[in-house]
Amino acid sequence: MKRFVAAVALWVGAALPLHASVEITEVTTPAGFTAWLVEEPAIPAVSLEILFKGGTSLDQPGKRGATYLMTAILEEGAGDLDALGFAQARDDLAASFGFDASDDYVSVSARFLSDTTDEAMALLSDALAAPRFDDDAVERVRAQVLVGLRGDAEDPDTVASTAFSEMTFGDHPYGTPGEGTIDTVAALTRDDLLAAHKGALAQDRVYISAAGDISPERLAQVVDDLMARLPESGAALPPPVTPNFPGGVQVVSFDTPQSVITFAQPGLDRDHPDYFAAYIANQILGGSGFEARLMTEVREKRGLTYGIYSYLLGKDQADLLIGRASTANARAAETIEVVRAEWERMATEGPTEAEVAKAKTYLIGGYPLRFDGNAAIAGIMVGMQAGGLPIDYIATRNDRMAAVTVEDVRRVAGELLDPQALTFLVVGQPEGLEAGN
Amino acid sequence: MISTLRNMSIALACAVALPVAAAEDVTSFTLDNGMEVVVVEDHRSPAVVHMIWYKVGAADETPGISGVAHLLEHLMFKGTETRDPGEFSGIVQANGGSENAFTSWDYTAYFQRVAADLLPQMMEMEADRMSNLRLTEEQTAPEVSVVLEERNQRTDSNPAALYREQARAALYLNHPYGRPIIGWRHEVAALGAEAALEFYGKHYVPNNAVLVVAGDVTPERVRDLAEEYYGPIPPNPDLAPRDRVTEPPHLAARRLVFEDPRIAQPYLSRTYLAPERNSGVQETAAALMLLADLLGGAPATSHLGQALQFGSQKAVYTAAYYQPTSLDASSFSITLVPADGVTLEEAEAALDAEIANFLDGGVDGAQLARLKRQYAANAIYAKDNAQGRARKIGAALTSGLTLADVEAWPEVIQSVTEEDILAAGRAVLVPEGSVTGWLRAPKDAVDVVEVSQ
Repeated sequence: MKRFVAAVALWVGAALPLHASVEITEVTTPAGFTAWLVEEPAIPAVSLEILFKGGTSLDQPGKRGATYLMTAILEEGAGDLDALGFAQARDDLAASFGFDASDDYVSVSARFLSDTTDEAMALLSDALAAPRFDDDAVERVRAQVLVGLRGDAEDPDTVASTAFSEMTFGDHPYGTPGEGTIDTVAALTRDDLLAAHKGALAQDRVYISAAGDISPERLAQVVDDLMARLPESGAALPPPVTPNFPGGVQVVSFDTPQSVITFAQPGLDRDHPDYFAAYIANQILGGSGFEARLMTEVREKRGLTYGIYSYLLGKDQADLLIGRASTANARAAETIEVVRAEWERMATEGPTEAEVAKAKTYLIGGYPLRFDGNAAIAGIMVGMQAGGLPIDYIATRNDRMAAVTVEDVRRVAGELLDPQALTFLVVGQPEGLEAGN
Repeated sequence: MISTLRNMSIALACAVALPVAAAEDVTSFTLDNGMEVVVVEDHRSPAVVHMIWYKVGAADETPGISGVAHLLEHLMFKGTETRDPGEFSGIVQANGGSENAFTSWDYTAYFQRVAADLLPQMMEMEADRMSNLRLTEEQTAPEVSVVLEERNQRTDSNPAALYREQARAALYLNHPYGRPIIGWRHEVAALGAEAALEFYGKHYVPNNAVLVVAGDVTPERVRDLAEEYYGPIPPNPDLAPRDRVTEPPHLAARRLVFEDPRIAQPYLSRTYLAPERNSGVQETAAALMLLADLLGGAPATSHLGQALQFGSQKAVYTAAYYQPTSLDASSFSITLVPADGVTLEEAEAALDAEIANFLDGGVDGAQLARLKRQYAANAIYAKDNAQGRARKIGAALTSGLTLADVEAWPEVIQSVTEEDILAAGRAVLVPEGSVTGWLRAPKDAVDVVEVSQ
């Protein structure tokens, strides 16, 4: 046993010197756009990531779902090509494009073989700047979105997310699903989609990264070509919102064997000086893996759930500390009790020295492992840009994490964790909890 | 545009040749105790994935204890003779690593992703729990609860998952593939430490395991370490061959109507019994892969998508899927979501007509060429993801295939002809080998929805 302890210390030590060594080149294009690049010619392919800030929160009043539907139709015919022609041209190149719209961003992911860069980017440029929104394509995709919405209404996790957003954000765009409702989506017109396109895909809100077999000069050209036909500015961003956390337990009755429990309270901005300490505090309370207190108490000791977690959710206009667990209806009350007790224990007593040390080595040691592959690196880089992080962040992040002290984490846990504000929203038929309370 | 495409074909003709060279970074050998080892080299980042795959899964369970393979997977984190519960996980985490495990019908696998210099420690701990697992009933009982909550979350809360369970049970008349991996609820609830330990003792031995290491390592180093840590574990000379029961001839098309108030959108599901990849004989499986793409791949370019979503607009969604990697007989499935106002009966008739049209009309050669180009390119894209490659290899080697089969697979796909695809389709897409499901809400629930609108 003693030998074992010594060995553990040694292994932890071995992981510490690891620093992420990803060399990012900042590419400034002739037209004035900025893109981050990791040039990696080992594989003859390129991963390209683009984010347009604003996302579904740009939907105009009464047009909920317009940005989402617009994004879903970008690939259904563009330029001279109808949906079939576009798909065939894309498949001829063996390229793939992904388009998605979330609360804060429209995201575009492209993967293509480097010797097809010209052709693949010409297609993507048409999808971004010249989507056709042909009537038959609009109706086809609209029907698919409606099928999805009907399914959402019966899916416990989605019902939970929707109810939680409504409670927390009210009239703010964050308060309703970006996919829209059956009524609003059914009423959207082609003009609405054109307006949503103009509002969301604009030059003044774009973040771009690439990793793979492409030179800075070539990437600059690609970026300028992709951006040239987009409007200079788009729709106004929504205002910040203060989330509503009344505390206590609210129940939304729903016929399902398990209660889905969402719990949340105010979070912390990414730029806050205590962000790293808060991140460590949450890692100890409800972070990933089997070691976190919530996982230990709720799953390992009591077998109440398959999984429980919490995380700092930084949206562009609001910051939350949020978590979730699903448990049998008969055990929902007990689960809430345990979560609440752990919240209070962490707020009042803070973490132990050993817990902080462990969490730090985990977060520090795991960081370099994230940069495995071009697609992963491109995704991380575009997220960094959108989050306002400096280009040297990767090199300095672990030192900043290492500099956080036990006292910092204890102080921040006490300041941040607020059992009064901690609000539980339960979707299901929980026993011993009253609906609407 | 035409000239562009012509140039493209040349470029891609070169690309097609690449997967052959790709094998250079894959090495394999076998330890004296019978454990197979595969190394996938990728030196782009200082990480390594360490995976141990056991050739045992839910289909190797004896009747009455369904779910024991998966429960054991959970219990493997509960400690050994010298390690406390959760200690392995704690060490992985303390070093910034991540880990998990998964169970299928044919395999159970455990993996850690860590900095490359931690590989010896991962091997030491994984070798430890291969032979020294310690389990008490006190540890097992809460884990049974966890698995029941997992079942609640993944299956019982999801009508599509509940239907899939019923459909598999109907598809396989005799084979244990008809049982759910997670197990039937009443059998899971009755499981305990004893059943798990018996299963463990029988199957978790080096001559029933495949080690796959991918990332920043050399084959020499992996060989040295594997011999040091796994080498001393004795094999089980009495390991039984995986001779499972086989399916009798399927003579009757099976039809299911699954009603659940949570099914907001009625849809149709069709599953056919289909042959799987076999060592040295992968041609039919490759043809079925391409058949699934041609019939129900991307909506704009697939036969069902073009005919039913773009053409008659009787469907909102169509898809076909075939799982080629399986120890025993696999399945080919089709899903169709009808458009508003189209009944399930009409949708099924339209589906059957289009399947017949496809088999009569022949394969669109241009589309087949396009698909083959994508498969060739995928071999290049796959090199960006060492963990994904490790997973594919592990699944193949625990499903009756060899590394040579894995390496030959891209070429086998390239060599499939239009005739191969039609022949495979005519053999597999037959009513007597099928299960057809109508999924919908019960009548009264539908009425309620209509009233409320």
